Amino acid sequence: MSASVTPAGVPVRTAKGFVLTVCCLLVILPFLAVISTSLADQQQVTAAGGYVLWPENPSLEAYRALFSGGVVTRAVAVSVGITVVGTTLSLACTTLLAYGLSRPGSYGSKPILMLLLFSLLFTPGIIPMYLTVKQLGLLDSYWSLILPTLINAFNVIVMRAFFLDLPQELLDSAKIDGAGELTILTRIVMPLSKAIMAVIGLFYAVAYWNSFFSALLYITDNEKYPLSLVLRTYVVNNATIGSGDTGAALPQQSLQMAMLVVSILPILCVYPFLQKHFAKGIMIGAVKG
Amino acid sequence: MVVLDKPVAAEEAAEAAAPPKRRRRGRLRRDRLLLACALPGLGVILLFHYAPLLGHVIAFKDYQPYIGIADSPWVGLDNFQAIFSGDVVFLNALSNTLVISLLQLVFVFPLPIAVALLLNSLVSERFKRLVQSVLYLPHFMSWVIVVAIFQHMLGNAGMLNSFLSDHDLGSVSIIGNPSMFKELIVAQVIWKDTGWSTILFLAAMSRIDPALYEAAAVDGASRLRQLWHVTLPGIRSVVILLAILRLGDVLSVGFEQIILQQQAVGPGASEVLDTYVFNNAVGAGVWGGSAAAGLVKGVIGVILVLGANKVAHLFGERGVYQK
Repeated sequence: MSASVTPAGVPVRTAKGFVLTVCCLLVILPFLAVISTSLADQQQVTAAGGYVLWPENPSLEAYRALFSGGVVTRAVAVSVGITVVGTTLSLACTTLLAYGLSRPGSYGSKPILMLLLFSLLFTPGIIPMYLTVKQLGLLDSYWSLILPTLINAFNVIVMRAFFLDLPQELLDSAKIDGAGELTILTRIVMPLSKAIMAVIGLFYAVAYWNSFFSALLYITDNEKYPLSLVLRTYVVNNATIGSGDTGAALPQQSLQMAMLVVSILPILCVYPFLQKHFAKGIMIGAVKG
Repeated sequence: MVVLDKPVAAEEAAEAAAPPKRRRRGRLRRDRLLLACALPGLGVILLFHYAPLLGHVIAFKDYQPYIGIADSPWVGLDNFQAIFSGDVVFLNALSNTLVISLLQLVFVFPLPIAVALLLNSLVSERFKRLVQSVLYLPHFMSWVIVVAIFQHMLGNAGMLNSFLSDHDLGSVSIIGNPSMFKELIVAQVIWKDTGWSTILFLAAMSRIDPALYEAAAVDGASRLRQLWHVTLPGIRSVVILLAILRLGDVLSVGFEQIILQQQAVGPGASEVLDTYVFNNAVGAGVWGGSAAAGLVKGVIGVILVLGANKVAHLFGERGVYQK
């Protein structure tokens, strides 16, 4: 869609296309280099001075080494566990809370909504959060990676806006037919909201998979490190990945890149689904927030 | 599970007739299942968003982890000493924070607006969607991933330097170089979030009435004039809203991003308020002083948002909330 009536001339259009293409390359090239280097064999990596943009003899050697047990295997298991349990609980609590707030004028919904909105405007701060988690006895527990981020107020507001947009006549007629709140929620509201629930679930999943702050603050036992902290140790701080951890003599570069790919890949897989919906979700939130 | 025992309309009529107190109790009875639905989520919000505010109390105490919050002795304003007497470490963190924030305001804030204007003016819908898909992607990567990617691209043994040395072009020291640290931080934020930040501006642009452009064109306005007189005024309120929110965050600059890279450049160049609070408390055990710094930072943030909002109202804008 061109916003204006008269289209721009050819030079201007070419310039625009060029600028945006360069922007895209700046994003794509690093990802390409990371993935290719993780797949390339040792000779090519050495010959190319550390990085390749296209693997000549792609092999999964680096991945086999990472998943043969040891630090990375365990970290992936922790991250997957946190993501699955966390997303399930988050989605359940978010849906219930959004539904509880989706009947304007219902008892108590106004103050609860205000509490929710104000929680968006400020964050409690690092030390108070740490002390709270400590008081609850959750330090070094996997729950510390889930409970503090269980509810994202913005997601609740987006979902509530979606629920408010459902045809109210449908809910009223169900009520007249004698359906209780829970029946309405599970039999009418949720089936109609599959799309928004899927998207918000994916947002939570990405957040849990990426979570770093909670792990840094609350987890000190490195047996319990999720993938993000392991990535920090081996890829950002360049600790050497010992042969005891991988059982193979591979270039560090390939192992580091493979580790990066392991943390990027799940996000790349869900990205198309996210992308289809998020612009819409954000707009609902912006209009009705 | 529980079924309403009378039709809704009749219940509401009965309610309207009842005295207020009974009406309230009736509403509570009617909505108790909705409330029960909200309860788990509300509990989490109260426990992890509001209850922690009580933890700020240790800013006024000599907190000893092994005796607990309640039994630690009160010390009045002693913990604020470091802040108000101009402790060098604190001042360094404050100035780093402000410099990075200022750089972000100048370089990071306007960029998405420019990209959104470019995208909005594209004729080909397919090219536009392709560019959007690519540019939004880095937003979903965690800071660990972004920092790792930057190290491998721009580090001393990274891709850029190996390319430069292959062609005998010397080398550049970006990663681990304290004098480049702030620029690096800004570049990372730009790479990660510029695309994503265009969404709100694009949404605002799509709501502009096409008739305005037609009218402007009929009046002989060039494309640049249309941009100036139609598009920019159309997104003004979104820009102001985001600027206000940004101002409230002026004292928080990427905690995760910076703490990940602190080891390489040292605290002199990289310590900001959030990392100062974290390193001092969890690292060095100076709980009271760190909590005091955190509290001051939080209060200033709230004052800045409310103040900027007030200014927006004075200029006749909506701001974050209505008066």
